[in-house]
Amino acid sequence: MRPEGINFALVGVGGQGTILASDVLAELGLRLGFDVKKAEVHGMSQRGGSVTSHLRWGAQVFSPIIPRGEADVLIAFEKLEAARFVDILKPGGLALVNDYAIEPLSVLTTGVPYPGDEVLRERLAQVTPHAYWVKGIEIAETLGNARTANMVLLGALSGLLDLDESHWDAVLEQRVPARFLDLNRQAFHAGREAVAAAV
Amino acid sequence: MKRLLSGNEAVARAAWEAGAKVGSGYPGTPSTEIMEAFAPYPDVYAEWAPNEKVGLDVAVGATYAGQRAFATMKHVGLNVASDAFFAVAMTGIEAGLVIISADDPSMHSSQNEQDNRQFAKFARVPCLDPTDSQDAHDLTLAAFDLSEQFDTPVLLRLTTRVCHTSSPVELGEQREQRPEPGKYPRNLTKYCMVPANAKKRHPAIEERVARIAAFAETFAGNRIEWRSSDLGIITGGVAYNYAREVFPEASVLKLGMVYPLPRKLIGDFAARVQKVIVLEELDPFIEDQIRLMGIALYRPQEIMPEPPYPVTKQIFPIAGELDPAVVRQSGRQAGLLPASENDGLALSTSGLPIRPPVLCPGCPHRSSFYVLHKLGVPVNGDIGCYTLGMVQPLDALHTVGCMGASVGVAHGAAVAGDKERHVAVIGDSTFFHSAIPALINVAYNRSNVITIIMDNRVTGMTGHQDNPGTGRTLQHKETREIEIEPLVRALGFDKVVTVPAYAVAAIEKTLKEWMKSDEPAVLITREECALLPSARTRWLPLEVVNDKCNGCTLCFRVGCPAILQSEQLDPKTNRPLALIDPLLCTGCEICAQVCPRDAILFRNQVQGKTTLQEATS
Repeated sequence: MRPEGINFALVGVGGQGTILASDVLAELGLRLGFDVKKAEVHGMSQRGGSVTSHLRWGAQVFSPIIPRGEADVLIAFEKLEAARFVDILKPGGLALVNDYAIEPLSVLTTGVPYPGDEVLRERLAQVTPHAYWVKGIEIAETLGNARTANMVLLGALSGLLDLDESHWDAVLEQRVPARFLDLNRQAFHAGREAVAAAV
Repeated sequence: MKRLLSGNEAVARAAWEAGAKVGSGYPGTPSTEIMEAFAPYPDVYAEWAPNEKVGLDVAVGATYAGQRAFATMKHVGLNVASDAFFAVAMTGIEAGLVIISADDPSMHSSQNEQDNRQFAKFARVPCLDPTDSQDAHDLTLAAFDLSEQFDTPVLLRLTTRVCHTSSPVELGEQREQRPEPGKYPRNLTKYCMVPANAKKRHPAIEERVARIAAFAETFAGNRIEWRSSDLGIITGGVAYNYAREVFPEASVLKLGMVYPLPRKLIGDFAARVQKVIVLEELDPFIEDQIRLMGIALYRPQEIMPEPPYPVTKQIFPIAGELDPAVVRQSGRQAGLLPASENDGLALSTSGLPIRPPVLCPGCPHRSSFYVLHKLGVPVNGDIGCYTLGMVQPLDALHTVGCMGASVGVAHGAAVAGDKERHVAVIGDSTFFHSAIPALINVAYNRSNVITIIMDNRVTGMTGHQDNPGTGRTLQHKETREIEIEPLVRALGFDKVVTVPAYAVAAIEKTLKEWMKSDEPAVLITREECALLPSARTRWLPLEVVNDKCNGCTLCFRVGCPAILQSEQLDPKTNRPLALIDPLLCTGCEICAQVCPRDAILFRNQVQGKTTLQEATS
């Protein structure tokens, strides 16, 4: 059965390279027959600031921006950003969190500490019980390249969404340069397995 | 054939389909990708111009020569290009000319959120305002035709959410075959705007706008979608999306052309609905024109007993971009939507550390700002990545205004008699863009301004575009590299020194030396942007020697995201030691130079250690 549409919010730190992930999700939506809108922000905020991209699948998508409380899925490439933006999620929505911290400079300049995991988890729990933590960087490093962490997260997402795996693979083939395809496939499968253990 | 394209890519594609031969622009978020996407198409000429005015003059020149052309810029770029814009509004064109302005509501990457639809009215130039990628494609095609039909430049006004949102686009398959241009025109009454000729042109331009307004009545880009007659929404640009999403039952008049407006179409629409509102981002631009037509807009009488001005900007915010949540909440307050208790759960983010943009790890600008902060002099900043020199803890800037302003503003302080010595800070691309006349002014009128040109060998903030100093064109072809040093000397500076950008001590020594004299001077700090592919190959994370670090925090003052507080404390001072994140550190060595205890290993020490480990393992 096909959902009527899915709103994905992707959050992270500028420079983390969330673009490949949102590109893959956009292509996947088109392949599944949805109208798709993918909104990104470029420029200054890409310099180490908090960044949000919006990716919407639907019968007809108008707004490029997902309003607060209307995302079905939150994909966070950094865990503080997951906590910051969690209220974009529908209550009870799906949160997928890369268990990875990039300390903002403000920790040093303002003295506000980077929150502990229990604080972050508690914030997520205020919106949804369905939060999945994946050690994206750790898994990607084990496979040989921390830069494939995005693919680990996409793999994990594929394990949580009820979509035919063959669609995912076709899109990966389309979007990932051939020489990196094997490594990215490995990362994708490792992410899928990691989340299968948690479900 | 449908393809997923960003608004910028869709505009570039349509310009190619329209047979545009020449595109010229200056990079600026959110417009940059238009020219990058246009350049690879066959049979086109595309370039980065040094600034937007030059870019628009080039496009004007191409259309005078009978070729379709366009210029791209961000909204504030049109301020720079406005002289050319007003000039070509007077002369008209020989072939289609489209001026593309990408506005940035909410200032995601800008110093203001000016609404450039106003420029269209100011210059009597039609303005098209697309909604999404398909619309951007279709209206770009329409813009070239409109330009030729009415002998006018056309302003295609985009906004961030149109430029940087991707959605499926039905493409045209072919490029329009354009007629071969004839002999270059010699039509003095049209193309030489001396007073005698300009006096005759002005009435012709007013008459042209009236004809375009009549055309707008049946223009395919202006369309009515009839649904309920209870509420009618007049809208354009990205706001159309929010009208459809938040008011699915309402009838909508979508204006693809927001200047000039079709009076009859609007009047008929307003007459057939109970309530009329205007939904538009930023200025009350459509609203102003509609109210001048004498059409009454809806106002909630209990909130607004007297008709206020502007009406719909009392309902929807005038500042910042719209989104469905903002529009819905505003609609509820104005009684346009039923009240609802379910507005989503808003969590306060207080208590979470903020994450504003910062200079990247390894940024070659960092060392100059570290020194400037230390010297405590007033610094007049400019537009680019180095604007981030204002952020704590570097905290080194006093002003940031607009492109090229640093040098002129510093000179102004100097000639006003400010007691402190002023330093102007500007990047390489911005130097070529608009600092050269300002530096001539400093040299010619002999103020004591010290200018630092931070040459990171690329236009950084907009995503690594080439510029006249890189020796490469938009197509990455080799070209004549303009050297900054001889150019600056030729402008009239005797004190011109170049240092490697990471050399903290050399920067400090040079500036201190110059502070002793009263002469103008130019320091060029040079090092590739650390994110360039060629620089990435040299990345090498540095390490902290825990036995030597005592947690003195000096290295924290360079404001590098790769330097963290360790959980380990110094046994004597009880302060956290420094820790370097190996995934972020590039090995620029600024922190190592600043450390008074040699507790951060330099690159050769890290390499030596690795070699030793390899040899012994």
